[in-house]
Amino acid sequence: MNLRRDVFQAIADPTRRAILLLVAAQSMTAGAIASNFDTARPTVSKHLQILTECELLEQKPDGREIYYHLNAKNMKEVADFIEPFRKMWDDKFNKLESIMSKYKTKK
Amino acid sequence: MEQKTRVKAESGKQEYVITRDFDLPLELLFKAFVEPELVAQWMGTNVLKLESKKHGSFQFETKDAQGKVAFRANGVIHELIPGRKIIRTFEMENAPVGVQLEVYEFEKDTDDSSKLKMHVIYESVEKRDQVLQYGLVQGINWAHNRIQEVVSHLK
Repeated sequence: MNLRRDVFQAIADPTRRAILLLVAAQSMTAGAIASNFDTARPTVSKHLQILTECELLEQKPDGREIYYHLNAKNMKEVADFIEPFRKMWDDKFNKLESIMSKYKTKK
Repeated sequence: MEQKTRVKAESGKQEYVITRDFDLPLELLFKAFVEPELVAQWMGTNVLKLESKKHGSFQFETKDAQGKVAFRANGVIHELIPGRKIIRTFEMENAPVGVQLEVYEFEKDTDDSSKLKMHVIYESVEKRDQVLQYGLVQGINWAHNRIQEVVSHLK
């Protein structure tokens, strides 16, 4: 199975992105995460399951509770994948901007 | 701070959208996409041909420090509305990613600022993903070429 593709499918969903943001701030139980959404509890559980399966979230038991942690390593992989591409266009457009602002003053 | 250049590439889709805010009047931004000598400057490529009109075509070519062709691309312009929109195809030669459809939308923000939205569509999800990964490879290649350029001036 292609882990990276699964990771991208996981973050394509807005609710799952919101869950990742929540858990990034602090580790939380499923109940605490669900209380932040209007969605039905089983739906949130399903999202948590997908995020755990593709290793963006990790479950860690603490006493009787299970806390969800963010797997920072895999999150970084997602950002790293797009970032060089974004940077490439950013550089080109910065160049365009500087060339054209000189063009403006020349006129 | 929000980045000036943003890329939206959802997984499982054969497209991406790049948006960029420019500190340039709309008219100047648009000019940078239609005047061959300006395109050559900011794209860092030789513009062999650029007919900026409906049904016009274009051809870009980049040579490495040894004078060997490193990159060649061509395409056809399907629509060109000055100051508003360009629809064109773009195909890199000798690359496995096939042809892409590009829709450029230009928009005035203030008198001195403007926005560009670049919507690019590929033949398949796999081809799009390959192009996104090119960012990694090309970034390295270009840095390398730039170093060669600087070094050759030192000689």
